[in-house]
Amino acid sequence: MSKTFKRIDGRDFLSFRKIEIEKNIIPKAEGSARVKFGNTDVIAGVKVELSSPFPDNPREGILIVNAEFAPIAHQSFEPGPPNENAIELARVVDRVIRSSESIDLEKLFIEENKVYGVFVDIYVINHDGNLLDASTLASIIALHCTKIPKYEDGKLIRNEFIGELKLEHVPTLVTIGKIDEKYIIDLNLFEEEIVKNKIAIGTREDKKICTIQKLSGSFKLEEIEKLIDLAIEKGEELRKFVK
Amino acid sequence: MQPKGKIVLPGEKIEIKDKRFTYEEGDSSYSKILALIEEKEDKKKIVPLNGRYIPKVGDKVIGIIKEIESAGWFVDINSYNYAFLPLGEAVQEFIDIFRTDISKYFNIGDIILAKVINIVKNKIIHLTLKEKGLRKLHQGTIIKVSPYKVPRIIGKRSSMLNLIKQKTNCEIFVGQNGYILIRGENVGKAIEIIKTIERYSYISGLTEMVQKMV
Amino acid sequence: MRTRKNNELRKIEMKVQVIPNADGSAYVAFGNTKVIAAVYGPRELPKFLQEDRKATLRVRYNMAAFSTDTRKNPGPDRRSIEISKVLRDAIENSIFVEDYPRAAIDCYAEVISSDGSTRVTALNALSLSLAMAGIAMKDLIVACTAGKYNGELIVDLDQEEDNNGEADLAFGILPNKNEIVLLQMDGLLSKDELLKLVEMLKDSCKKIYEEQVKAIRSYFENV
Repeated sequence: MSKTFKRIDGRDFLSFRKIEIEKNIIPKAEGSARVKFGNTDVIAGVKVELSSPFPDNPREGILIVNAEFAPIAHQSFEPGPPNENAIELARVVDRVIRSSESIDLEKLFIEENKVYGVFVDIYVINHDGNLLDASTLASIIALHCTKIPKYEDGKLIRNEFIGELKLEHVPTLVTIGKIDEKYIIDLNLFEEEIVKNKIAIGTREDKKICTIQKLSGSFKLEEIEKLIDLAIEKGEELRKFVK
Repeated sequence: MQPKGKIVLPGEKIEIKDKRFTYEEGDSSYSKILALIEEKEDKKKIVPLNGRYIPKVGDKVIGIIKEIESAGWFVDINSYNYAFLPLGEAVQEFIDIFRTDISKYFNIGDIILAKVINIVKNKIIHLTLKEKGLRKLHQGTIIKVSPYKVPRIIGKRSSMLNLIKQKTNCEIFVGQNGYILIRGENVGKAIEIIKTIERYSYISGLTEMVQKMV
Repeated sequence: MRTRKNNELRKIEMKVQVIPNADGSAYVAFGNTKVIAAVYGPRELPKFLQEDRKATLRVRYNMAAFSTDTRKNPGPDRRSIEISKVLRDAIENSIFVEDYPRAAIDCYAEVISSDGSTRVTALNALSLSLAMAGIAMKDLIVACTAGKYNGELIVDLDQEEDNNGEADLAFGILPNKNEIVLLQMDGLLSKDELLKLVEMLKDSCKKIYEEQVKAIRSYFENV
């Protein structure tokens, strides 16, 4: 790649595309959000179900994150169970939510053997790069506006709510690419093909780091500090969308 | 018993430049592979300690038929890709490929002694059987060794190979590609000796070790 | 309760060429975490999977059913699939894939006993296997974990430290090139804590590199 790599859409290397947010767009989901980064379009839906706790954490609720790369989103997406990219995405988003302690799972405890299960399902509607950052933001916003259904007589009553799922912390995830020794964020699909080195860093509002996932390529040891600073700075820009 | 040269690991700095096995960064040359640095008459050479066969035109190889196509066969020659034996290089008479099932000449699993005649742009490796001695090999046990050990298994003017043949009463066909076919009285012993040479090819004193074994 | 010092590694065992059928193989243990790895290739790949200019790397990380406290159902689960992807990415950036166009390089790591840090143990074992197979590499790949447990910054996490600590970091590096090829982190760390852990990892990886070198050299030198 020549030293004159320029972005086709004319953006700065450190600028996001136009970000659009819609909240509570799925009537039957307890929480939902649609997030667009340019043409990348993802929907995160949160369903709250009655569940049994995991045996090693009997007084905690459950959090499960899944991602579907729907075939409608890109010519290369095939129908079928999640492939390794979808699995990695779901697991990274899960870690961002969990490690940042954004949800207090103990508050989801109902009674012995009964807890609220929070299921975050991410659907990719159109893939134009940076699915990770968009999916993480969509999931956090969806969780932020999730309402908890009332529990009565061993069942959940769907249209009555006892409150909101309060986010204790607001993490954001920023994927940073490196090309020709320069850093670049919010890669579109074309850019993802040519930028060989990519790393995703999740940070909280208090600048603590909660997740790192090197996605491809390699980085020098000395770069880590710069990458973290950039992730904190850009993460703060994304955080403003969670209100 | 010691290695007869210095052993280098991938990523280690090295004074030799050999496009096949070293890479350059800045002013320095580094080894890409696990190798032995052999010094002969003041000249240093880098010899890989393991690896599959890299085809060379003119090499005699032993191959295993893997796939049958309409006009030839794909052959496993212990390399990164299969080689191709075209029908015209394998069979003398005229064959009507639309009416003939060529598996009657060579079938999957057959062993052949062939020669590499052509490598097309680093892609297709062409074999031929049209030379004296090249043919299907009918019986025997096939073993695989690293092609880099073949010279030691054959020895100077075939001295090592003849020694093994004699002492085990076996016929042994050695392909440059590391496939070896053995048949005869003491196949097990022949395999043991060959495997020992492969394991210790890089040490000095190997010849004595083998002589003790026989 | 950890009896080791914070920057002390568990007992390391490394042995190469443990699987005669494979082109390269190795057994690596860090304490009770034990992994056997094998590399087959470069070898023929079905045409529809071939890539014209480079090798296709296929990596499979798998945990044996008996390797964990509670029996693990055999077969890939989501975690194994992610780890396989992450390991493949690490290896892809460590070997010269362009030297083997249209071929397959198959890397397998079986965790036979699991006590934390399995993926980095697998990567160390695969590094040895790739080198022994004669595959062209930029450098050996050295990997280690670090984290925060009960407020202490430590290296080489066992299962307890991995599961119940405040943070864990998996790290893989090409030691002579200073290039990071594996980096995952989970938990909560300040920037300073993270940078301190990276320093500790750099030191630990030096020691692990020496172990890898020793394992390879002793295969050839102790005859």
